[in-house]
Amino acid sequence: MRRLLFFAPVAVLVVLAGLLWLGLRRDPATLPSTLIDQPLPAFELTAVRPGDTEGLSTDDFGGRPMLLNVFASWCVGCRVEHPFLMELSRQGVIIQGLDWKDPPGAGAAWLAEHGDPYTLVGDDPDGRTGIDLGVSGAPETFIVDANGRVRHRHVGPITPEIWEAELRPILQRLEAEG
Amino acid sequence: MKRLALALIAPLLIATAPLPPAPAEDRPLADPALEARAQAIHESLRCVVCQNESIAESGAVLAADLRQVVRERVAAGDSDEEVRAFMVARYGDFVLLKPPFEAQTWLLWLGPFLVVLAGAAAVAAYLRRRRQTPEVVPLSADEQTRLDALMAEEDER
Repeated sequence: MRRLLFFAPVAVLVVLAGLLWLGLRRDPATLPSTLIDQPLPAFELTAVRPGDTEGLSTDDFGGRPMLLNVFASWCVGCRVEHPFLMELSRQGVIIQGLDWKDPPGAGAAWLAEHGDPYTLVGDDPDGRTGIDLGVSGAPETFIVDANGRVRHRHVGPITPEIWEAELRPILQRLEAEG
Repeated sequence: MKRLALALIAPLLIATAPLPPAPAEDRPLADPALEARAQAIHESLRCVVCQNESIAESGAVLAADLRQVVRERVAAGDSDEEVRAFMVARYGDFVLLKPPFEAQTWLLWLGPFLVVLAGAAAVAAYLRRRRQTPEVVPLSADEQTRLDALMAEEDER
């Protein structure tokens, strides 16, 4: 018993080191979303694209799983992920766009220049809908299920690797759920 | 390889990207009492972009937006707790610089005291053991005869 007690500090140190090591591997920039398994907050945004009569509202979600992508013309990460979003939309993935804190016309010009992967695009010039969604920056992408509930949030650009490893399995599972 | 390519084109992307919007200018509330309340709330909320600053200190664009949201809620008649609850509903407990005492956080709050208590208990136990003089157990009859024999041997030599 005495001898066991002698090793207690070593055991405590090992446990502590293990916990700290686990902590080092976590990305502090990725905060858990409070929206997981919650319905999308209500919003009704005006159109971004010239010629669109409607922008994007909460009612546009549901029916089948889809992505909600928060982007902006000034956002560097959005440029990085944009070609891949184009590829996803060609594959038939439904992506709704939320143009976050862009000056008037900038979002439309950006889509005209780089291509438009979005089914619908809504304008959030003062960023209030972004705040309702708990967005901390662009790009961010939410996976919304067929019932209009948020099931996953990804912070940062979507790369093909992240898509395959993290997002596609979730979307496929939700599609199987129906 | 892909990473290298990205690292090479990143400066180009940054150079050609339009500038992000400047932080919105702070528009203090006209009523000094309300503004003071709003600023006290700013001090208690963490900026989710820079994470180790309150939104009062942060220069981030989002922090400026959140400062304005807080002012609007205060002006609309929300209590301090209601404003904080509004933020927690969107960004989670993480936005509170002082986390609430709840099932998930009791260890965080009480942990340091538990560690101090454990240390104090260990020190007390150690001191008590050191102070105790070891009990003197009289030798048994057997031991006494053996000792006497040994002593006698010693004397003979």
